[in-house]
Amino acid sequence: MTTTETQRWTRKHLLGLEELSADEIVFILDTAKGFAEVSTRSIKKVPALRGRVVVNAFWEDSTRTRTSFELAAQRLSADVIDFSEKGSSVSKGETLIDTARNIEAMGVDVIVIRHPASGAAHLLSRALRCSVVNAGDGAHEHPTQGLLDVYTIRERFGSVEGLTVAIVGDVANSRVARSNLWALTKLGAKVILVGPPTLVPRAFEQLGATVVHDFDSVIGQVDVIYMLRVQFERIKSSQFPSVREFTRFFGLTWDRFQRCKKDAFVMHPGPMNRGLEIQSDIADGPQSGILTQVANGLAVRMAVLYLVTQAS
Amino acid sequence: MRTHYGDADVTRVIEELTSRIASAFDPSGDLTLVGIRTRGEILAQRITRALQARNFTRIARGVLDITLYRDDLSEIGPKPMVRPTRIDADIDGKPLLLVDDVLFTGRSVRAGLDALSDFGRPSAIRLAVLVDRGGRELPVQADFVGLTLKDVPRDHRVNVRLGEVDGRDEIVVEPSK
Repeated sequence: MTTTETQRWTRKHLLGLEELSADEIVFILDTAKGFAEVSTRSIKKVPALRGRVVVNAFWEDSTRTRTSFELAAQRLSADVIDFSEKGSSVSKGETLIDTARNIEAMGVDVIVIRHPASGAAHLLSRALRCSVVNAGDGAHEHPTQGLLDVYTIRERFGSVEGLTVAIVGDVANSRVARSNLWALTKLGAKVILVGPPTLVPRAFEQLGATVVHDFDSVIGQVDVIYMLRVQFERIKSSQFPSVREFTRFFGLTWDRFQRCKKDAFVMHPGPMNRGLEIQSDIADGPQSGILTQVANGLAVRMAVLYLVTQAS
Repeated sequence: MRTHYGDADVTRVIEELTSRIASAFDPSGDLTLVGIRTRGEILAQRITRALQARNFTRIARGVLDITLYRDDLSEIGPKPMVRPTRIDADIDGKPLLLVDDVLFTGRSVRAGLDALSDFGRPSAIRLAVLVDRGGRELPVQADFVGLTLKDVPRDHRVNVRLGEVDGRDEIVVEPSK
């Protein structure tokens, strides 16, 4: 019997990947493999969360994450409620904790929260009795994105250990970059953060990454090129040169792609700015894992919802 | 009460179980063998080989993970890892033999039947177990039993160990930890 066969999962919340051990991350990824099979059946549903209620509480826009969590909860037979800030009493001045406590009072088992403030999920986890899953808090973490990305890399290469991964672009504003950095370094990958000094500060070296301001100097040595979205809604104008200049120095252009390793794997968390950080035909090409990432997200979120509700 | 059965006993019990199964099915007809993970899967493999040696030619196999169908998910304690269910063949309209190592409360079998119904509608589902230890909490009975153990105290476990995962074959009755 392998040790993971009856390993105890103890976390009631998933707030970030920083606090997880490598073993815990691997446990979630292995569990997700079991759930990936459910989506291949003709009846794509299991009764694991029958009678449980999952609330999607999104204070920010989202396509992938919200839909993915909703579908994940439905495939586990949970009831799903959608809460969005627009049209709610938040516009009347209700605080985050009050809103969440009121939702919880209706008998909710899991709150999936996305919020523009870093630490919002942690705050709720201390105020509520139900499970809290972080679906992105400010520039802090987006743990299920980090998990689905390492899941996708593991499926592609067999293992994460020993790989070199470049995370390119707007690192400073990116919760995706932070969650990936934690997951990748814990699983033994080398992470290179690439971008202009305004968007990739040297301080990231303290988290175990290598910081590089010249994309071309590392392009030939990386196994995975992870392009981040340029987040215009978060960037201050002083941090960013011009769109053309950014594309020229840090975009994944065809010219740059020619100089990659032959089997380099291209990833992006979406939504893409086509032609800005990534050229369209690369994003849609055979070395792109972008849609695989989305598909894997479903299995990973099923695993996460299942595990937080079974925590003991 | 005997509390230990070794290598040779396990081989004999599987052989007897296979004989009972073989006499109940048509060797030239379709038969799907589905084992409940982990040890039911291995038993299903061994029984398949033994049936093939008896000229059963149309056997399909599958493995069932019942974790997500269990009714004790809300209870405290370590949970088994969720792993994929794999049934490659179409199970509709053919007899299906569900295989598990130990039949106790009947709850695993109930979960297994629920899981199977998400994959199709066999013409009949039969149950084969290596050991029936009594103690049912649901109205479930096996069609084929290798070894019947009577009077096993409820606080004891019947552990089946198989060479493929445990390094040796044995059946042990021991106090629960």
